[in-house]
Amino acid sequence: MQTNQILALFCGTLLVLGLIAFFLGRAKAARVRASGIAMYAQPDQYAWFSVLSTAGPAIAVGAVGAFVMLLAGAEIPTLYLLAASLVVGCAGLVMGIALVRPDFHARQAIERVIRFFLAGAALISIFTTFGILISIVGEAIRFFQMQSFWDFITGTTWNPGASFLEAAGRAEEGGSAAQFGSVPLFAGTFMITLVAMLVAIPVGLLSAIYMAEFAPQRVRTLAKPVLEVLAGIPTVVYGFFAAITVAPIIVDVAGFFGLDASFNNALAPGIVMGIMIIPFISSLSDDVINSVPDSMRQGSLALGMTKGETIRDVVVPAALPGIISASLLAMSRALGETMIVVMAAGMRPNLTANPLEDMTTVTVRIVAALTGDQEFASAETLSAFALGLVLFVVTLSLNLVSVIMIRRFREKYRINNL
Amino acid sequence: MSQPFDEISAQLRRRHRKSARLKWISMGALGLAGLFLVLFFADMLVKGLPAFQQARIQVEVDYSERASQLPLAAVQENVRPLVSRGYLRLIPGRMDDNPELLGTTRMEWVLADGQVDQYLKGHHSKLRDSEQAVVDRLAAQGRAELRFNTTFFTRGDSKMPELAGIAAAAMGTVLTLLVTLAVSFPIGVMTAVYLEEFAPDNRVTQLIEININNLAAIPSILFGLLGLAIFINFFGVPRSTPVVGGLTLALMTLPVIIISTRTALRSVPDSIRHAAFGVGCSRWQVVRDHVLPLAMPGIMTGSIIGLAQAMGETAPLIIVGMVAFIPDVGGSFTEAATVLPAQIFTWAGEPDRAFIEKTSGGILVLLAVLITLNATAVVMRKKFERRW
Repeated sequence: MQTNQILALFCGTLLVLGLIAFFLGRAKAARVRASGIAMYAQPDQYAWFSVLSTAGPAIAVGAVGAFVMLLAGAEIPTLYLLAASLVVGCAGLVMGIALVRPDFHARQAIERVIRFFLAGAALISIFTTFGILISIVGEAIRFFQMQSFWDFITGTTWNPGASFLEAAGRAEEGGSAAQFGSVPLFAGTFMITLVAMLVAIPVGLLSAIYMAEFAPQRVRTLAKPVLEVLAGIPTVVYGFFAAITVAPIIVDVAGFFGLDASFNNALAPGIVMGIMIIPFISSLSDDVINSVPDSMRQGSLALGMTKGETIRDVVVPAALPGIISASLLAMSRALGETMIVVMAAGMRPNLTANPLEDMTTVTVRIVAALTGDQEFASAETLSAFALGLVLFVVTLSLNLVSVIMIRRFREKYRINNL
Repeated sequence: MSQPFDEISAQLRRRHRKSARLKWISMGALGLAGLFLVLFFADMLVKGLPAFQQARIQVEVDYSERASQLPLAAVQENVRPLVSRGYLRLIPGRMDDNPELLGTTRMEWVLADGQVDQYLKGHHSKLRDSEQAVVDRLAAQGRAELRFNTTFFTRGDSKMPELAGIAAAAMGTVLTLLVTLAVSFPIGVMTAVYLEEFAPDNRVTQLIEININNLAAIPSILFGLLGLAIFINFFGVPRSTPVVGGLTLALMTLPVIIISTRTALRSVPDSIRHAAFGVGCSRWQVVRDHVLPLAMPGIMTGSIIGLAQAMGETAPLIIVGMVAFIPDVGGSFTEAATVLPAQIFTWAGEPDRAFIEKTSGGILVLLAVLITLNATAVVMRKKFERRW
């Protein structure tokens, strides 16, 4: 029998069993109640408890069996598994009906089961993090078994081209050996991130200052959602915009100054990415500036400072931890940004300080390594996971520092709503 | 030595000027961000609006015996390069369906080649001078015109720009988002309910909270790596399908839904809970019958926003293989599919210039849907928001 059919059979039988449990349980509870004995719970609650005691163990047995088959590779015939889980379901049904007694707390039992389910759902987010860690670390370790870790960190040549020949056992034919030196990739990533931050921090911070300190209420309520639109535009759209509209403009402008710019220059994705992360900085900075206590402004103005001086010398320094936190968050966003660089930045690993040249980034190489037709076990495919590991570690540390900074700010001024 | 008053007031004026300058500069920064937004939308509209129109030309179609063997023979030689190849290919099939067509000659409006389309829209095209002259003559006779582009909304991807459409990608997006919503909404709401209403304040709870905030900030491409290594390689979910794409996006959307649900739950005042506990409700009954219904508008708003985010996401879907070439509109969760952003990405990589227009058209559709979704969320919040 097909897995689908077995699954359908399982679900169907379980549904019938559940219905039987529901009506038997309710009927029994109603009977007991009709005989004038006080019960701890309502008949419906007893009915639901019988359903839970029927379906719960049966599903649990089925799931455990499936996992054992998947993880340990044990060969359990699916028909036996089906039969076992249904037998357990029937046993649960009998037990559930037997428990419909006046002195049984059905409501609390249901409560416990629900609590258990909710906690299980909450654990899924933990599993996700572990899933990311395990998948990345596991494959990265396989990569570092093939390639030296030291070369990966310090090498300046990224040339994975020949690795598929090595995987096929024909390393001698392919000319030069594959090299996995990640320095040019990180240089490119940081260059583009730097450009993005140079655009986003001044514009975002100044916008936040204007919205928090100068703007009339009407402008404020309008400007905030409009800025948020910038963050809501899909990155693939930004990538297209950077590649088709911004990059040619930059080439023209550079040409006007007698400079030679590549169409895949680092400026175009950097600028567009900067525009994308303006709202990350402006929104959080705005909140932070707003929560600087007014007494500080009043004190400063009372000493005869102008409004500008108050902002520059009192408000912004007080809000600095929050502003730095916002910038770090934006930076981690820029480092991990993929589509803009995939579409607008180059493919060629290039170690240079000139943003007009084409250069590639970590995320571009991850995409390139995983969209080709290589075998999964080749060093090039696995290199994506090694790069992903570094990306994970860097963004994780940035996020953590950012959280710590904002917490320090919050504790200093005793603000609860940030 | 005290300073003369003039000097002091001059200094004061300077300081006030400086203060005013900060105001103007910061206003300019906000204006710059706004200006960019306007430029961006203007650029997309200019590039994308022509995609909603398509060239059609009126030619004589000769349903001869020969045309059923060799479709090219159905039209006269001088207009042959101007008619879409994809359209010509359908002629034998139509002749099989309607045998009475055989031997007749009709004037018909047919789909023009992508290059004619570009030429009529005044863009650069690869037509030869003689072909351009033919198109000009047809246009002068009223036999070549731009009409509303239904192909774009009813067909899947194609290598021929005049036949390429977003229908397959739109279908893929719907299927993928259904999976995403079916997985992330219940789990997200359950997690939030647990953390807000049930969880004891201990180490594990704090760990979960930190972890959720952290998940929200992890680069999306890493979720793609997770999807590839866990869902595809470990669990054996088929590659490129809405199921694997939807699951991957669900994990990404989860933190958004959890965070917004928690905010919504927190905004329900404690007096409601106290009253419900007071009449003897159990904790779950309080949550199910009182807190959740009151928090529902906020939860829905957050979920719509999370869904809109998932809809625009591309990077993780590329990693799990959802950039496939899908010419037919499918309807299955377990067959290869593509989504709108991935379709935009694929078209952006096409060398043919006619695809720039298609890409921008696809972007306009995507943006329109996203703006509608977000506007719905805002309206819902405005309409159902309760101040306690």
